[in-house]
Amino acid sequence: MTVQGVAAILVTVGLIFLLAIPLGGYIYRVFMGQRSKLEGVFGPLDRLLYRVIGVNPAVEMDWKAYIRSLLLVNFVMALFVYLIFRLQGVLPLNPNGIHGMSWDLAFNSAVAFITNTNWQSYAGEQSMSYLGQMVAVTYLQFTSAATGVVAVIAFLRGLVGHRGTSLGNFWVDFVRVQTRILLPLAFLFALLLVGLGLPETLLGAQAVHTLSGGTQIIARGPVASLEAIKQLGTNGGGFFNANSAHPFENPSPLTDVLEIIAMALIPVALITTFAQFIKSRAHAVMLYGLLVGMLLVATFIIYGAEAAGNPIVHHLLGISGPNMEGKEVRFGTSMSSLFTAVTTSTATGAVNNMLDSLTPLGGMVPLLLMMFNMVFGGIGVGLLNILMFLIITVFLSGLMVGRTPEIFGKKIESREVKLAAAAMLVHPFVILVPTAIAVATKMGTSSMLNPGLHGFSEVLYAFTSAAANNGSAFAGINANTVFYNVTLGVVMLLGRYVSMVAMLAMAGSLVKKAVIPESQGTLKTGTLSFGLVFIAVVVIVGALTFFPALAIGPIGEQLQMLSGQLAH
Amino acid sequence: MRNLLRSLRWLVASVVMLGLIYPLLITGIGQWVFPFQANGSMVQYQGQVVGSRLIAQQVTLAGLFYPRPSAVNYDANGSGGSNLGPTNPALIQEVKKNLEQVLHQNPGVTVAQVPTSMVESSGSGLDPDITVHDALLQVPRVAQATGLSVDTVQNLVRQNTRGRFLGLWGVGRVNVLDLNLAVLKAKTETAP
Repeated sequence: MTVQGVAAILVTVGLIFLLAIPLGGYIYRVFMGQRSKLEGVFGPLDRLLYRVIGVNPAVEMDWKAYIRSLLLVNFVMALFVYLIFRLQGVLPLNPNGIHGMSWDLAFNSAVAFITNTNWQSYAGEQSMSYLGQMVAVTYLQFTSAATGVVAVIAFLRGLVGHRGTSLGNFWVDFVRVQTRILLPLAFLFALLLVGLGLPETLLGAQAVHTLSGGTQIIARGPVASLEAIKQLGTNGGGFFNANSAHPFENPSPLTDVLEIIAMALIPVALITTFAQFIKSRAHAVMLYGLLVGMLLVATFIIYGAEAAGNPIVHHLLGISGPNMEGKEVRFGTSMSSLFTAVTTSTATGAVNNMLDSLTPLGGMVPLLLMMFNMVFGGIGVGLLNILMFLIITVFLSGLMVGRTPEIFGKKIESREVKLAAAAMLVHPFVILVPTAIAVATKMGTSSMLNPGLHGFSEVLYAFTSAAANNGSAFAGINANTVFYNVTLGVVMLLGRYVSMVAMLAMAGSLVKKAVIPESQGTLKTGTLSFGLVFIAVVVIVGALTFFPALAIGPIGEQLQMLSGQLAH
Repeated sequence: MRNLLRSLRWLVASVVMLGLIYPLLITGIGQWVFPFQANGSMVQYQGQVVGSRLIAQQVTLAGLFYPRPSAVNYDANGSGGSNLGPTNPALIQEVKKNLEQVLHQNPGVTVAQVPTSMVESSGSGLDPDITVHDALLQVPRVAQATGLSVDTVQNLVRQNTRGRFLGLWGVGRVNVLDLNLAVLKAKTETAP
């Protein structure tokens, strides 16, 4: 670890907040229906889209109507993308002659993009036509991000509603988040990225004659437009197999900083939006303090572990230095560590280094961040998870001090607690059960690249990533098999929609309740002490549920590495 | 039924807006304003496209600088890392092989001098940069093979070194293709 490395991390995190806090206020105003300075552009575009879709923007929806529209349009978009993946071989914009995908790969990939996971069982440059990259991948990177945002906005409306039923109009929210937030941001960011070196072309791969007299085929394509929304929408599915480690996706330290800021931007901003909804600055301060603390601790653990390097390489071969296997020189260990922590905190899943080659401790941190799944979390759904844990915390605190649990002026009763518990428990369930099945069967174990405990970590990582809708991987695992394509696909769907439906159902019940004014007897939830209980709940749930699996995987391997033993 | 119809109409409108107009607009503006970057930063030498300055290529001539090891053999149509874990014997084999190659290619270099980045494969397999230390270890070999003086080659390394961005982000590094083109240029200039 170096002073510059630490400073680079701290300054980058500072920049995230500098940009995200004002954006959070802007997002709030978008969903309160306030006019924008660019109303002359956005207004007509919104109205055009309402007319095309055939919705009356004045209609209000209860939670059932809202979630029904959300699920149906998600299904329709996923089906369309599935067909594109199957048929891309015969469709236009395919200069490199890519073939259509098999049914299981197309299913896995369509689910991966509709659920904002962006798990990739395929390598982009070899298995995706330009049409697929544009109308399937880039497209769903917008809409899946939008789905996450509108889900949490609907929940927040339920939270602050007073004896009502309406959570807003799904279509209006869905249109506005595209036209007023994602599209303008992505447009500016994409142009900036082209200027900084990302390709944006419809020309096919370029054959070059190298200085040594050989030939090299260089894949390229419409990369920058995908990269921008890939990062801003916490998607993470890259144009190329090497993702943001590829110099065409992330050519310099500057683009790296921008990509880190972009993936944290909206998840961090939404906490400000949340605070404006409930009109409580204290909650934003409390959450920002705790979550940034967790993010920095995670980053510095990875940084320390990677900078220390691999002792086995040192003992056996005599070279010493940071672990550079799978890393790029231009980022070094500092910016690789921060990227890794941010991408797994925010459920993005882009990588600028190969996580499978991290030291065991360095690889355990991203795994843990996905198990928590609430250190800011994915776009929209991250805040939903935070709210779910807050509600569970207030319930547990209520039991401890003997008060009726209430939060943000709403009584938390049996229905809310049941729904929150369901949303919480689905996560460990869809990680641990499939992992157990995979490691117990030949179908599961034959895909491992690395031997020993690390092979187990590869499988655990895959299902954790799918459940958290993250999409990063210990990429040595060969996931393009029918078994993994199908199981990971199902886990991604359950990880996405079970908690989303449960939380919107809770919003439907919260919105009907009266807002109780704060009194002497109210448990204050915007305080540091409540925040610490909240973190304790998260850590206990995370650690207790996952500890045995972590012990078999990264913890065991770290001890093995420190004792100088190779796997066999 | 009404919702299904709405979903289908949304599908058509949004695919056109987000999946076609948006990327094609970026392509149009990008090609117009930044044609070099937008087409992949392709570099020409003696009238021929010899590579992208962002993409490492295989180097087999002793008179040129070698890039970092690549787990995909510098296949720019199939990027990737080795994905070998820290306790995998195959990782030790791979690093050992790379180390032997570095020592063989650069006589006089000792094991303790070799930085990890010089013998451990990059993440993309296409890392265009090497560390300054890595480049300096290769200077005597390049100088000998090209007939340039060690001082000249060292100067070329220095001229092609880029520091941290704003002194803070990233690592000091040398772009291998830029450096190799500078070496070739220096060689032709000093040739009789």
